[in-house]
Amino acid sequence: MLKKIFSVKSLDILMVSFITIALYIALVSAPSEKVMGAVQRIFYFHVASAWIAFFAFFITFVFSILFLIKQDYRFDDIAESSAEIGILFCTIVLITGPIWARPIWGVWWTWDPRLTTTTILWFIYAGYIMLRKFIEEADKRAKFAAAIGIIGFIDVPIVFFSIRWWRTIHPNVVQKGGGGLHPDMLNAMLFAIFAFSLLYLAMMIKRVTIASLNRKIDSLGENHE
Amino acid sequence: MPESLVEFKNVNKKYGHIHALRGVSVSFNKGEFVSIFGPNGAGKSTFLKLLCTMTAPTSGQILYESVPLNKLQDSFRSKFGVISHQPFLYSELTAMENLRFYAKMYNVADIDDRIKTLLDKVELYKRRNDKVRGYSRGMLQRLSITRALLHDPDIVVLDEPYTGLDTHASDILTRILTELFGEHKTIIMVTHNMKQGYDAASRLAIIKGGSLVLDMNKSDISITDFEHKYTEAVSR
Amino acid sequence: MKYLSTVLAIINKDLLHELKSREIVVSMLLFSVLTVVVFSFIFEPGSEFKNEVAGGILWMSFVFAGILGLNKSMMSEITGGNFSALLLAPVDRSAIFFGKAASNFLFITLVEIFTIPLFMVLYNVNIFANGFMPAVIFVLGTYGFSILGTLFSIISVNTRTREVMLPLLLLPVIVPVILASVQALNVYILGHDPADADKWLKLLGSFDIIFTVVVFAVFDFIVED
Repeated sequence: MLKKIFSVKSLDILMVSFITIALYIALVSAPSEKVMGAVQRIFYFHVASAWIAFFAFFITFVFSILFLIKQDYRFDDIAESSAEIGILFCTIVLITGPIWARPIWGVWWTWDPRLTTTTILWFIYAGYIMLRKFIEEADKRAKFAAAIGIIGFIDVPIVFFSIRWWRTIHPNVVQKGGGGLHPDMLNAMLFAIFAFSLLYLAMMIKRVTIASLNRKIDSLGENHE
Repeated sequence: MPESLVEFKNVNKKYGHIHALRGVSVSFNKGEFVSIFGPNGAGKSTFLKLLCTMTAPTSGQILYESVPLNKLQDSFRSKFGVISHQPFLYSELTAMENLRFYAKMYNVADIDDRIKTLLDKVELYKRRNDKVRGYSRGMLQRLSITRALLHDPDIVVLDEPYTGLDTHASDILTRILTELFGEHKTIIMVTHNMKQGYDAASRLAIIKGGSLVLDMNKSDISITDFEHKYTEAVSR
Repeated sequence: MKYLSTVLAIINKDLLHELKSREIVVSMLLFSVLTVVVFSFIFEPGSEFKNEVAGGILWMSFVFAGILGLNKSMMSEITGGNFSALLLAPVDRSAIFFGKAASNFLFITLVEIFTIPLFMVLYNVNIFANGFMPAVIFVLGTYGFSILGTLFSIISVNTRTREVMLPLLLLPVIVPVILASVQALNVYILGHDPADADKWLKLLGSFDIIFTVVVFAVFDFIVED
């Protein structure tokens, strides 16, 4: 037990220091973008959040399938935890996106395929989390949520393609900046993604622990009846 | 020793951390009438659900005629007739339409003859073309008995069938159950009603806290002794 | 063979139920026509702009009416415990699902058949002016909507907030169906090159196939209690 606490603690310390370094790199050491200036620095955390959000929903998808096959409620806890953390990072993407877009493109919002897909994604998993809140029986909650976790994730690429085709019909008002990233910028981005992955892992461990404790509390309540 | 019809081997059912059934081992033979008693939340419903293949055990095995549950075909479910406290009927359809639909789902031959025989038994043939919506609780239950017996099941599973019944309907139910017992059908009934449960049964069981705490032949115990045992088991 | 006869028995029962109760189609039809009428207030009568939004309005009216109908259709299975009884029947459980989905498909199609002519009169738009391909769009779009809508209605009737949960879960996931149906329909309404509609039809077809397979795979897992 003590050993477990110690290792969780050390992961936390590692995570906090990496996030601090990532902040320093993104805000100070990475070179300024010539055209966009300082606001472009939000890019590092924007991309890292997007990566974590997608990864988190992928984990929900995988553990939803595993739950349906194995009926092990630990998988349900993981799927639920990952969806919650995913929607948190998805929200960060949807907030940092407009902050970046406003000074560069002159609009807060654009129906760009990536941004739009992320929005739809947000709604799919908001539905997933709401559904879980509104079902009393643990087994039904886990099964139905798993169905949404699977269908929602399979739907994402289809949503993306449909929106991309839709946007090419109409003239594309704004284009994302050129592809070539300065190597220092690329490194800063990769480091941010790595730091955020650690953050995801640390949050997952805590969230899954809470989920399994909740399950224990529920079972205690049942025995009292 | 006759081959058992249904056999539970150390069956556990968990919903998350909730342990609904704990290591239940029991077997039922053809022609038995088992009444199962137990307080609310004891695991009776879970037991019935497992029995009629509505849910699978978390661990342990359930064998049907020595075949494990997961090897069974969908068609095996026709061995069961389930009478629940829910009617399993569409209120906007007539009795006839409801029965015809379920007869098709169960692949019943000579649908109309079968329906007539059964409706006569429960004294509802005259009302066969009325919408179920207008039926009283007792009529509804009689019709749902008909529905459950349409396909002539080998095992009849009843979940609190006497709840909310008038005397007439409950007499008909008792008569039909006695008849089924006479035809060597296996009947498994969960009930709160001590007298009706005891009178009809050939075997008595008590479930408490997810375990089978008592299982004996009726001939070995009088109703007063059994009632005493029940109170003792439940309050423990 | 047994599979098909199960599906047909369920469709037959649902049609009979609907003939007697008239709960689903009538309320859906009123709602969809009402939506069409109310939406006409958003632009000047006779304005050219209306042709561009007509297809979208028509689809929105079907989507909202459809959600209403799906809820009602599944409620008739839940009250009286019929859905449990169906699952107890000695038939393939996915046949039960496809029977319900087919009934819902038929009900929504019926609503479309009545709404479309009325819509064409009220909006002075002939959606069949460039051939009868729009009929194919309606069939493919309605099928995709019905298949996921039926599954999600089974899920949502088991929650505490029955009516609210279905649109919250369904709308984001069927974004591709709505987008593809509206865009394809617009191609025909505006008289563009029919080849422009091809990719949308393909998208609809793929969506239908993918989710038929996915639902077929997960349905058994989620309904087994």
